[in-house]
Amino acid sequence: MQKIEKLLQKRAAELLAEGTVERVLAWQAGEFFYDNAPAAVGSADECDKLVYNEFCPANLCKYLIETSHAGKKTAVFLKPCDTYGVNQLLKDNRIKRELVYAIGTPCSGMLDINKIKAAGAKGIISVSVDGDEVVVNTAYGEKRLAKADVLLNKCLMCKGAAYKIADEELAEPLTVPQFTGDKFAKVKEIEAMSAEERFAFWQSELSKCIRCNACRDICPACSCEQCIFDKSDTPVAGKAYADEVEEQMYHIIRAFHVAGRCTGCGECARVCPQGIHLELLNMKFMKDINSFFGQYQAGADSETPAPQVSYKQNDPEANSAVEGREQHV
Amino acid sequence: MLEKKNFEPKIVAFCCNWCSYAGADGAGTARKHYPANIKIIKVPCSCRVNPLFILRTFQRGADGVIMCGCHPGDCHYSTGNYYARRRMTLLLSMLDYLGVAGERFRVEWVSAAEGARFAQVMNDFAEHIAALGENVKLRDLRCKK
Repeated sequence: MQKIEKLLQKRAAELLAEGTVERVLAWQAGEFFYDNAPAAVGSADECDKLVYNEFCPANLCKYLIETSHAGKKTAVFLKPCDTYGVNQLLKDNRIKRELVYAIGTPCSGMLDINKIKAAGAKGIISVSVDGDEVVVNTAYGEKRLAKADVLLNKCLMCKGAAYKIADEELAEPLTVPQFTGDKFAKVKEIEAMSAEERFAFWQSELSKCIRCNACRDICPACSCEQCIFDKSDTPVAGKAYADEVEEQMYHIIRAFHVAGRCTGCGECARVCPQGIHLELLNMKFMKDINSFFGQYQAGADSETPAPQVSYKQNDPEANSAVEGREQHV
Repeated sequence: MLEKKNFEPKIVAFCCNWCSYAGADGAGTARKHYPANIKIIKVPCSCRVNPLFILRTFQRGADGVIMCGCHPGDCHYSTGNYYARRRMTLLLSMLDYLGVAGERFRVEWVSAAEGARFAQVMNDFAEHIAALGENVKLRDLRCKK
C-alpha cells in the first residue's frame, strides 16, 4: 500500500504538471489516521498530501458531476468497485467521458475502524495489514486480528478486482477479499419472515433515521440537481416537512429512485451514522430485477439500458409475480 | 375499536383515461354495480402513476389501492403500460418486503370495452380489502412505538 501511495502521488503530480488534466481527485489524511477524506488537487506541488491506504473507502466518482459541469478535465483514482459508479454516471449522462481520466487503483479491501474497536483494541495508534492479518499498534502493545473480521461490510460483497472503466492502471491488481457466499442471503432471510416480523424489522430499522441525508449525498446514483427531499421554498438546505409523505417514505422512495441504477457499492450503509441496513433495501430491488427482468448489474458497462427504462413484452404481471414467488419460498 | 362489520374500506383506483376510466363509464351505462367507496382518479396513462402516488395514498389513509391500465400491447401511447408494469412489480414486491400493504395493492388491465369486467374487478378487490380490515401500517413505518 505504501508503494501504491507513492505511485499515486507521483502519477497525480505528472498528470497535473504535463497538463493532461486540470484537477485530480484522490484521498487525503483526515483528522485521524482512519478517516481519510476525499481530496481535490489542482497543482503538482500539492500532490504530496495525497494518501492511499486501507482507510480510503470513499467512492470519488460523484465529484465528477461537478468537474464535468465546470468543463475541467479531471483525473480520478478509482478502486475496482468505484468504477461501476463512473459507468453508471456515464450511462445517466451526468458526466462527460472526455473530461474524465480514470485511473484504476488496486484495492485489497478497506478496513472498518468500528469493527477494530469492537474487537477490543483500545488506544489505537496505527493499523497496518500483514497478509491475512491486521496489525493494530495500540498504546498497550500490538494486537493482531484476522483481516476478514474487520473489513467494511461493503467489502464483504466485493465484486472483484476488475476495473470496469480505466484509462490506465496504477499498479498490478491486489488480491481482493474472496466472496463466495450468497450476496442476497440476508434479503432472503427477511423474505422468509412473516409479514408482521418484516414490518417490525423495518420499523425498528427506519425509526432510527435522523434524516441527515448522508445516504443521499454519498450515493453515486442519487445524482439529481434538485431533489424532492429538499424543501424548495426556503433557501436553507432543508428537509421535507416532518408530516409529509416525502419524509415518512424517504427510504422507500430513495431506494426506488436508484433501483436499477444502484451498483451495490454499499456507501449508503457505510456513511449512515445510525447504522441502518440501507443496503438491504437496494439489494432487494437488485434481487427482484434479476429474478423478474433478467440478470443485470448496474455500472458493469455504460451502454446496456437500465431495467426501469426498458421493457419486454413478456414481463411478469405484478401481482402474480410477487404472489408466485411467495409460494416458492 | 372499529367493528369489522361496519368497516367501510377506503379504496383508491388509478384509472387510465383511455381504457379503464372508459371501462368505468361502461360499467355505469350497463348498470353494473360496483362499491361506492372506490374513488377513481383519472390519469392520462398508467405510466403516469408515480410509485410515490401509491405510497402517498396509503399514507393518507387508503385501505386499498388498485391501478388499472390498458392491456399490455394496447397502450394508447404504445408502450406506457409496459414501463408501468415493471415499476409496479418492483413497488409491490417492496411493499411486501417491508411487511406493509403488499396485499392491499393490485394492478389490473381493463380495456374500455370491459365494463362488466371493471365492475367484477372492483367488487373482488373491495371484498378482499374489507376482509383485510383497516390499514394503519404504512403510517407507522418510521414511528416505533
